[in-house]
Formats: sequence, structure tokens, C-alpha cells
Amino acid sequence: MTSTVQPATDVKVAKPGRKLRSSDITSAHWSVKLAVVLICFFWLVPAIGTLITSFRTESDANGSGWWTALNPANWGGFTVSNYRDAIVDAKLGDALINSFAIALPATFIPILIAAFAAYAFTFMRFPGRDVMFLVIVSLLVVPNFVAMVPLLQLYGKLNIGGFKFAGSFPAVWLFHIGFGMSLAIYLFRNYMSTLPMEVIESAKVDGASHYATFYRLVLPMSTPVLASFAIFQFLWVWNDLLVALVFIGPGANAPLTVAVRNNLIGQQGSGWNLVTAGGILTMIVPIIVFLALQRYFVRGLTAGSVKG
Amino acid sequence: MIKLINTLLTVVAGVGAALVLFWILNKIAELLPGRWEDRVKPYLYILPAVAAICLYVIYPGIQTIVYSLANAQSTQYVGFQNYSSLFKSNGFRDTLLTTLVWIAVAPLAAVVLGLIVATLVDRLKPGAEKTAKTIVFFPMAISAVGAATVWRFVYATAPPGDTQVGLQNAIISAFGADPVAWLEQRTFYINTFFLIIMFLWLQVGFSMVLLSSAIKGVPVDTIEAARVDGATELQSFRRVVVPQIMATVVTVYVTVMIGVLKLFDVVYVMTNGRANTNVLATEFFNQLFTNFNNGYAAAIVVILMVAVIPVMVFQIHQFRIQEANR
Repeated sequence: MTSTVQPATDVKVAKPGRKLRSSDITSAHWSVKLAVVLICFFWLVPAIGTLITSFRTESDANGSGWWTALNPANWGGFTVSNYRDAIVDAKLGDALINSFAIALPATFIPILIAAFAAYAFTFMRFPGRDVMFLVIVSLLVVPNFVAMVPLLQLYGKLNIGGFKFAGSFPAVWLFHIGFGMSLAIYLFRNYMSTLPMEVIESAKVDGASHYATFYRLVLPMSTPVLASFAIFQFLWVWNDLLVALVFIGPGANAPLTVAVRNNLIGQQGSGWNLVTAGGILTMIVPIIVFLALQRYFVRGLTAGSVKG
Repeated sequence: MIKLINTLLTVVAGVGAALVLFWILNKIAELLPGRWEDRVKPYLYILPAVAAICLYVIYPGIQTIVYSLANAQSTQYVGFQNYSSLFKSNGFRDTLLTTLVWIAVAPLAAVVLGLIVATLVDRLKPGAEKTAKTIVFFPMAISAVGAATVWRFVYATAPPGDTQVGLQNAIISAFGADPVAWLEQRTFYINTFFLIIMFLWLQVGFSMVLLSSAIKGVPVDTIEAARVDGATELQSFRRVVVPQIMATVVTVYVTVMIGVLKLFDVVYVMTNGRANTNVLATEFFNQLFTNFNNGYAAAIVVILMVAVIPVMVFQIHQFRIQEANR
């Protein structure tokens, strides 16, 4: 993908030295403005409806449209009890902890493993290097479905000293490590090969070992690409439903996506007030990450969009 | 509280194990005499990565092909029987057709809408442009489960006579029409189109951001030259801008296509394949967990893999070009 090649696509930075566009000086035609306002309206209205409903009482939410709550006369009826009910009764509080417990190691561990591998692929010479790298790149788009049937069988047999592997956190970490690896190695190597060779060479001359060069020099210098991948992988794992359903399923270790699907959406009779509150709970963390780290987010997403 | 501490311990143990692993691998290499240290070290550095890929991508890939030639319990080989019975069953053919509708409509729509939004916001002042882009882009950050709570509510249906709290039915009720169960309308794949609308809500931001940066890369001189020559806005867009951003258009199209082929969560959470909305990935899940048929499930994955191979070839090709330009 050309998109994986140029991770520097950015929302706002224009090319240096480019001429001013007409849009920089004159105001856009009213029809253009109207069209953009309509598009934004269409994009926002469904989300706003969800947000408003999550603060309404059950009888309000199921008895009248959320837009009636826009009338200032009805502003007295808002409540936060839906969030309490969703967190306590629908067990989304536990699920929130589980989501972090799944997503944080499933982000950190592949970064460490892939960074070591990318270092070897970039700065070390060894037989078979280029072939291995090409195989890794070509596996980038393999859909993760391929692993599910065999690994379910394999996990079912694993029972180490009473610790049931199926349904545990490490079961999903390892899965995400395996399927994040190709992308991470590819991105990291591309980035590391642009680092100034002289710095690494001079570290060699000063007697630094590979291990020290990696931790003290290459890793800190690669921060931008590590951050891009970290955000992409974190959100990918956080938002994942399929892998969590297959390898963890409903129960004590279920993350937010599975819990909202099974405890709220899948239950007949949970009111819209609860379903929407659950939905908002799943969105809070990704939206904070998105707003705070938009620039890295766009880069990581662009690069990772082909991941299997 | 116990839950929190337990979880924290598991996380620390997992991350710690990964750090210790590399420390040990490095120590092993350092124990080797002289030249061997340098020879072996690269392999030890890539060992965990290669092991993860072998165990989680290569081995299961091969095993899946094997399972696809075996019966439901993976106890006996049945040749190509899984494939032939799948293609003979009407249900699976319907699933394939719905998947084809997705493939035909969703990537194209994502590119066209992304292009429209990108072109429009390009004409605004930078501040307004950034706000509009953020609004269209933000759904990209949230999960399909989160989006489903939004869109199930938009499509919700109450019996005729009751108050319609779903946005779409409230609008048509205001005009005096009877409420429609939008996600049950299987004629002409109407329900699938409503799922595609939700998918586009999630996805257009992505294609918009990529196409927008491509449009900004088009030299202004070329557009101005076209204007001087008397081209209309539309002509200069079609003949001057589009050819110069074609590479990005193809990239976005292919990328959304891969996403559509693997699409699971949107359909699973919204309809679970009801009323002819089943696609390959949800059918795979049903075979695996509802019918407990490993053979069918594996065969569906192999079909999916075959569909992805052209993309894989394209990927390697792109990589070769890029390496050659290095």
C-alpha cells in the first residue's frame, strides 16, 4: 500500500512552500458552506441523539423521541443513574477494567518484540534476512479469521496446572501479538532505516553493545513511529469484538465490546436509556485518545488500515 | 477491588515476562564464544517475533486448510465435500450474494463520499476545515459496538400507533406514513444498504483524510493553468485533480475493500445475519459457534483467504517498488 509507505499524511500540515490557494484568501461559495454544514449535521445528529438519551429516564427514553428533550421545558428530567445502572447492574465497570487489561499489554508487548526484530532487520547483517522480511510483509493482510479454528482447538487442550488458558487474558494478548507483528515490524523497520547511520556507527565504535544501542539510542529515536503504532494497536484491540468473542466470550473476563453486546444490546427489554449509556461508555476512551492524539492517530490509522 | 488488583498483577506479569525474555535472550548470546555471539544474536533478536508469526499466522493458516478438508469435528477427512455442500446450499449462496453487494457498493461509496467531503472542505478556511474534518473523522475511533448503539436507535421501530423514538421512523411518521422495520426489509437488499450507511458513517472519515492530503499535494499551478485555458471547476477537477490523485484513490479503494471482505462486527451487532444480511464473516462465526461445524467454518476462511490473495500480491508488488526507489 502506498499509504503504509508514507506514514506522514497529516490533517492540517500543508506542503512547505506551496502557493496560497484561493480558499486561503477569499471566502467559499455559500453552496459549499451549506453542503459542509449538512454533512456535519448528518454525521453528528445520530451521535447527539445517543448522548442525550443516555441522560434521560427510562420512561422518557422509551416514551418520547430524544429531540423532545431539546425543549428547555423538559430539561429538568436529566439523570446520570443510567450510567450507574450500566456500570453496576450490567457489569460494565468490570468490563472497563478488562478492556484495559486486554488492550495495554496487547499494545506494549508487540511493540517491544517488533522493535527488537526491526532493529535486527535494519542494523544487523545475517543470512536469510531479506527473505524473512519479505515473508513478514506479505503476511500483513492475512485475515485473522485463519487463526481462529486451529487456535481454539489448541487453547482447549492447554491447561497448565489448573490455569485454563482458554478465556484468559494471555490467550487474547498472544493472539493480538501474533497479528500485530507484521505491521509493527514493517513500520518500525521503515522508520529505523531513515535514522542517521553515523550515530549508530559511532556508538559501535565507542564500544556500545547492540542491546545498549537498541535501548539507549534506537528506541528513543523511534518514538514517533512507536507512538503511531501504539495508538493504532490500542484502539484496534479496544474496539475489537470478534477476537474477544471467540477467545474470551461472555463472563468474568469479557471486555466492554462483548459486555455491551451481550448484557445490553442482546437483552430484550433493556431500555434505550441503558443501551445508549453503555454505548457512550465504550466510546469515551477512544474519543479521548482521538482528540488528544489526533495527529499520531491519523498516521497510525493510515499505516495500519491494511492489517489483517 | 480484588478484581482490580488481580487484573493489575496479570498485566504486570505479562509485560514483565516480555521484558525478561529479551534480557535472557541477550544474556544467552553473550555467553557464546567470540564470533558466535555476533552470528547468533540477530536470530535471537528476531526469534520472539518469528515465533509469534509462525504460531499465530503461518501454522493456523495451514491448519485451517487441513480442517477445511475434514468433517465437522475435524476427526476424518472428507475431501472437498465442505466446499461443494457450501456452494450447493441456498443459504450460503445468499450469504455470498449479500457479501458481493457489500463489495460492489461500500468501497466505491466510501471513495466517492470521501472525495466529495475532501473537495468541499478544501475550499473552507483552515479553522472551519479542521472542525468539519474532525466531525466526519471521529466515528473512525469508536467500535462497531458503540456505533451500533447509535444506529440501532436511528433505525428503531415501534408498533404503528405508538410513539416512534427511532429517528428514521419518527421522520416518516411526521409525514403520516406507517413505521417501517428498516433492518427487516430484505427486498433489493434494503436492510443491507442501511447497514452500509452505518459502515460509511464509520469509514468515510478515513478515506476523506487520505484523499484530502492527496488533493493538497496537487500543484496549484496545474489547476490554475486549466482555469486560464477556460476549464470549468468540474472539468479541472475531473481532468486535472483526479488523475494526479489516482494512486491514493486506488489505495483507499483497496483498503476499504479488505475491510469489507472481513466485515464482521457491524452485521453481527446490528442484525446477526437476520433477514438475508448474513456476510461471509458472520456465517463463519455461526458455523463455528452455533453449528459447531469446524469443517464449514474453515472452508469459509479458505474462501476468504483466496479472495485476499490478489491484495497480498499487490502488497508485495508495492513493497518491491518502494524498495527499488530507496
